[in-house]
Amino acid sequence: MTLNVELVSPTERVWSGKASFVSARTVEGDLGILSDHAPLFGVLVDGAVSIKGIDGSTTEFTVSGGFISVSNNRVSILTETVSK
Amino acid sequence: MGAQLRVYRRRMRSVKATKKITKAMELISASRIVKAQQRVSASTPYANELTRAVSAVASFSSTNHPLTTSSENPIRAAILIISADRGMAGAYSNNAIKEGEQLAALLKERGLATTSYLVGRKAANYYRFRNRTVAGAWSGFSDNPTYEDAKQVANALIEAFIADAQVDPAGVDEIHIVFTEFKSMLTQNAMAKRMLPLEVVESDTPAPTGLLPMYEFEPNAEVVLNALLPRYIEARVFNAMLQSAASEHAARRRAMKSATDNADDLIKSLTRLANAARQAEITQEISEIVGGADALASASAGSE
Repeated sequence: MTLNVELVSPTERVWSGKASFVSARTVEGDLGILSDHAPLFGVLVDGAVSIKGIDGSTTEFTVSGGFISVSNNRVSILTETVSK
Repeated sequence: MGAQLRVYRRRMRSVKATKKITKAMELISASRIVKAQQRVSASTPYANELTRAVSAVASFSSTNHPLTTSSENPIRAAILIISADRGMAGAYSNNAIKEGEQLAALLKERGLATTSYLVGRKAANYYRFRNRTVAGAWSGFSDNPTYEDAKQVANALIEAFIADAQVDPAGVDEIHIVFTEFKSMLTQNAMAKRMLPLEVVESDTPAPTGLLPMYEFEPNAEVVLNALLPRYIEARVFNAMLQSAASEHAARRRAMKSATDNADDLIKSLTRLANAARQAEITQEISEIVGGADALASASAGSE
């Protein structure tokens, strides 16, 4: 099973595709998501989000605040500003 | 050259110069619509995800957040009107302003006072001319709004909403937005929508497939909602601004196209008039020459 990941900012869709692992930092601490994760909605703090694609490559983004929502193997990360 | 002909030629020159300007504006707007449309569609995924998240949090958590519950006796409502900075766009700004007036009348019927927040110079001028008080006005970005601009406007609205309207004259209980929806190149609609409080529809019917799972909130629903709602308002305002910008360009393109067509018609009829004047001049000159020659001939015939 893979995750369908979308990383979106107000002005563009930054990353979208299939991934095997996503990690992000919420206000409660670091969070790793594998497939079949329980539905979750979290508030992100400024920090790194990394997405490991199904081809094994890892992409890192720096986000400033935002949200992460996980449901039915669908991960969406909403943030105001992103940089690679 | 006769006086009449000169006047026609002068008018033709002036119409031609105007036509060049309107044609250029038409082309500029036409190229900007596409860009504006792309920006609308680029902002859509974010807005959609946020809307999904807000409805999920609001309908599945039991928190009574001030942003989702309506006041028991609302006394004041804010209206945000998004108009253009520049004219030359036909009735675009007027339609939005009129829609705002209708909404204000509707709210007045419900016994609510209204405060106005204006985006765009046109709306600000309209209100200033009528000596109305304005709670906030922004301008200078109507044709190319950035997220920062939307944030500024949204922050002012949220601040007014959080203030208690019962005691604070700056506070409001409801926020409405008036913008121009971009349906297609040919259709744009001025419309009014209520942004806050949110209309969370609670239905007993089971949710359609794959919709709104039971979320775990991290750290908890209240904090999530607190963080989520300002972003939601910002995204809504931003989306409305982008749609309005696209509509503005489309309206301007249409207005400039009809101005160019009109200039073409004018040039055509002026050319006809100028030709007729020139021909009349020539005819007159010929008849004068013929008349003169006749007079000379008869005079010399008389002397012999």
